[in-house]
Amino acid sequence: MFPTILFFVFAAVLLCAALGVILARNPVHAVLLLVLCFFTSAVIWLLLDAEFLAIVLVLVYVGAVMVLFLFVVMMLDVNIEEMRKGLAGYWPLALAVAGFVVFAILNVIVVKHLGGLTITAAAPSPVGYSNTRVLGTALFTRYAYPAQLAAVILLVASVAAIVLTLRQRTGGKLQNIARQVAVRAKDRVRIVKMASEKRP
Amino acid sequence: MISLTHVLTLSGLLFAIAVAGVFLNRKNIIVLLMCIELMLLAVNFNFVAFSRFLGDINGQIFVFFILTVAAAEAAIGLAILVVLFRERRSIDVEELDSLQG
Repeated sequence: MFPTILFFVFAAVLLCAALGVILARNPVHAVLLLVLCFFTSAVIWLLLDAEFLAIVLVLVYVGAVMVLFLFVVMMLDVNIEEMRKGLAGYWPLALAVAGFVVFAILNVIVVKHLGGLTITAAAPSPVGYSNTRVLGTALFTRYAYPAQLAAVILLVASVAAIVLTLRQRTGGKLQNIARQVAVRAKDRVRIVKMASEKRP
Repeated sequence: MISLTHVLTLSGLLFAIAVAGVFLNRKNIIVLLMCIELMLLAVNFNFVAFSRFLGDINGQIFVFFILTVAAAEAAIGLAILVVLFRERRSIDVEELDSLQG
């Protein structure tokens, strides 16, 4: 009973935070509410016995991606009031599309009962069940190549992000490392042979 | 007892909110990216719920890969956004029409 109450409480918080994300006037508030969304989602995933993914969601999403969002939002000096202008007319369209999405999904879930898919209540996880161990076993055996591919995608993404935002400043006083290394002593120092001076 | 219907309904509502957000914030690319993150979260909810209630770990593996690709997408998207702002001093979607002439 207690997990169910927790589920409903956190689901309510999640939906309110998601509404806040799309309605917030200030993008910084939207990012912070999105962080709240991810935290509550992590709690719900914990209730669904997906411990590893819940922790990954908090570490990767809140710890890395949302901080990146926050940096960019604070770095760009965007005129918020200008952004909101002329968008009030889209309310009916947004409500209509969202209502259609909800209708379509609820039609599948509630009216058609997922096309006759019979699901009994989830069996409680056995004692000593480790979600991380099961996930790791699957990831590093059957999904070993996809895991490598995911790593390559992350590498490509980080290289692309750096290349995109790299800016060559002109007029900076930079060292030319190649020229520094290529220098030889005979180019810089001239040794002159001369007779020593007589003592007076 | 949490049932599959509860979680699927929650994810459907979350997805609908994100879709509405795309329409309501169609000028601000940052908020559009955040709405896409919300949509991916809703999809991940479906995967986790089915993985739990069908007793199949493969759904969680999928969520793992979706998280990976979403992180890459956010990194590249924000990098493009920074370059865009540097060039145009604006992130208004309606001003990004130089490709169509």
